[in-house]
Amino acid sequence: MVLEVIVALPLAGWLINGLAGGRLPRGVVGAIGCGTVGAACAASVMAAGDPAVAGGGLTATLFTWLSAGEFTVSAGLFMDRLSALMALVVTGVGFLIHVYSIGYMADDPAYARYFAYLNLFVASMLLLVLGGNLLVLFVGWELVGLCSYLLIGFWFDRERAASSGRKAFIVNRIGDAGFLLGILLLATTAGNLQFDRLAAASGGMAPGLLTAATLLLFAGATGKSAQLPLYVWLPDAMEGPTPVSALIHAATMVTAGVYMIARLHPLFLHAGYTLSVVAAVGAVTAFFAATVALVEWDLKRVLAYSTISQLGYMFLAMGVVMMPAGMFHLTTHAFFKALLFLAAGSVMHAMRGVVDMRRLGGLAGPMRWTAAGFAVGGLALAGVPPFAGFFSKDLILEGAFEWAQRGGAMLVWIAGLATAFVTAVYVTRAMMLTFAGPAADPGHPHEAPAVMGLPMAVLAALSFGGGLLGARVAGEPLLRYLEPFFVDSAIGVLKDRPMPAAGVITALPVAVSLAGILAGFALYRDRREVTLGALGRFLSHQWYIETLYDAVIVTPAKRLAHLLADVVETRGIDGAVNGVGALVGRAGLAVRGLQTGFVRNYAAAILAGTILMLGYWLFR
Amino acid sequence: MSVPLEAYLALSALLFVLGTTGVLVRRNALVVFMSIELMLNAVNLTFVAFARQRLAIEGQLAVFFVVVVAAVEVVVGLAILIAIFRTRDTVDIDDVDLLRG
Repeated sequence: MVLEVIVALPLAGWLINGLAGGRLPRGVVGAIGCGTVGAACAASVMAAGDPAVAGGGLTATLFTWLSAGEFTVSAGLFMDRLSALMALVVTGVGFLIHVYSIGYMADDPAYARYFAYLNLFVASMLLLVLGGNLLVLFVGWELVGLCSYLLIGFWFDRERAASSGRKAFIVNRIGDAGFLLGILLLATTAGNLQFDRLAAASGGMAPGLLTAATLLLFAGATGKSAQLPLYVWLPDAMEGPTPVSALIHAATMVTAGVYMIARLHPLFLHAGYTLSVVAAVGAVTAFFAATVALVEWDLKRVLAYSTISQLGYMFLAMGVVMMPAGMFHLTTHAFFKALLFLAAGSVMHAMRGVVDMRRLGGLAGPMRWTAAGFAVGGLALAGVPPFAGFFSKDLILEGAFEWAQRGGAMLVWIAGLATAFVTAVYVTRAMMLTFAGPAADPGHPHEAPAVMGLPMAVLAALSFGGGLLGARVAGEPLLRYLEPFFVDSAIGVLKDRPMPAAGVITALPVAVSLAGILAGFALYRDRREVTLGALGRFLSHQWYIETLYDAVIVTPAKRLAHLLADVVETRGIDGAVNGVGALVGRAGLAVRGLQTGFVRNYAAAILAGTILMLGYWLFR
Repeated sequence: MSVPLEAYLALSALLFVLGTTGVLVRRNALVVFMSIELMLNAVNLTFVAFARQRLAIEGQLAVFFVVVVAAVEVVVGLAILIAIFRTRDTVDIDDVDLLRG
């Protein structure tokens, strides 16, 4: 029962704010928006406390959705340890961001629409993480994509926001096509989409089929979680309101791909080299996005590339079979990246929407608390102990190192380490350019109101202390909590793995991060524009990946569209239709003279015809 | 002493040609109607002549149908003719050419 309530609460908020929000006072709209998510959070805590969750899992079957012979799919919800963690992150961080939105969106005319969309998103995301089978997960998967589109294009009167929303939707379609094919492949081979049955059946499936299916599922994850090669929509998604970027494009929705792999990990473990692909894609994406963040001038886009990079870390963790660490990083990342985005939103709020870091600066004075929040988030992102990001990132790098020692590619670990350095540099750069130095803009920046400050304070506390969830000194409560989920599964890969000993491998990422921060300080101390020459041009064009897509996909597609529209459509199809019409018209013109309107002529024609026919019969 | 079949057929053909010529050349709608009746009755004459020649009743039977249909046709045709006359003040069929292409 409680599972239905968790999903239904934000859904009710969506219905109320969506249908009647325009006629309600703003206070009520905000209270409904936040209240429903807060209540869903409380319900999630309640549900997570249920002993069934820690056992086999709490299920709630609503009805049989599909039934075709042996193959049945029920519409049902399911909560086990993994879903409980995800539901808590979604509703917890979601609630804080809803509260923040009350202040951030206070002056927006479409206040009720905003909260309606945001509530719909939370409901969809909960459906995704609580879905009882792959098909329900897919429904949530598509619904969060819809909400992402609606919220990126929230200010649809701006051309760029509207086209960014479309871009996100279309790029995700590519990945989702693969995802759907993967589901269908699993449905036809395993005959079932229930998670536990899939896990049980995965051992007996043909390795080739399983590899194909998991690679297709991973294609969907690269779209939703903005990995190479489908990352291109996420930087543009920053056109949406900043709390949306924090909630959807940093903390929750983009982690859906990581969750999906964790959820289906028995399949991925059985699927041969799929996990190697996942690790490689994650490592390359992590490094690539971090380097691009190094030269980006738009504060929000820096954070967007940072998100892509950190998601790369999570996929790396999945790929090197360090799955609990991946989920741990997902959690801490939700804290500190949401904090960074909210701090960036606070800056935008104070600077009337300016996000270009060349026009920012010197905000540490007037916006002391925001600067402190950003610093905490930045330190967590850079992986400086004892901030949360250190523990999770370190665990991932340890896993990558250990994977390399067991025969994996050492490059994955090196890429992760290099990324840690670049991350520290770019976050220091963002910090320096935004908050240090003289004020670049003669505006009158002001500190955010308390309704925006409090959620940031809570997130800052979580970014500082969240690492304890997985810290060895605290007994790794989160990892211990997740362990049965990963170990009790069909295969015990994780069970007989010794934890790598702390030492050089732990110290190295920390040293690298500190070096990165120092390098960032040295480079951007005077807020100079550091030009990196040809390398800088290469990076600021995002490695020319979008240029390549434009040249290979977009431009030919547009040419084809123009060809179809201007030549095939106008000359071919229209020409054929108009030609038939013109032919009939001309023929009519030619023979209309026969229709004289004189009855005698018709009679004469009949007579002539009769005589001809008689003559034919007579003389044949 | 009976009239030979050929005489009937010749008369019938003559009447039919007269009627056809009337339909084709006359402009007065009433005369055209009368010409049509002439053609119908020319055919009736051949029916009856052949029926007597072959001692078969079917020819006589067909004539009854033709007469009935002709009567009906005249009723409808005259009604149309009167309607045209009322609206256009003419029964000249060459003036009624609205359907010219």
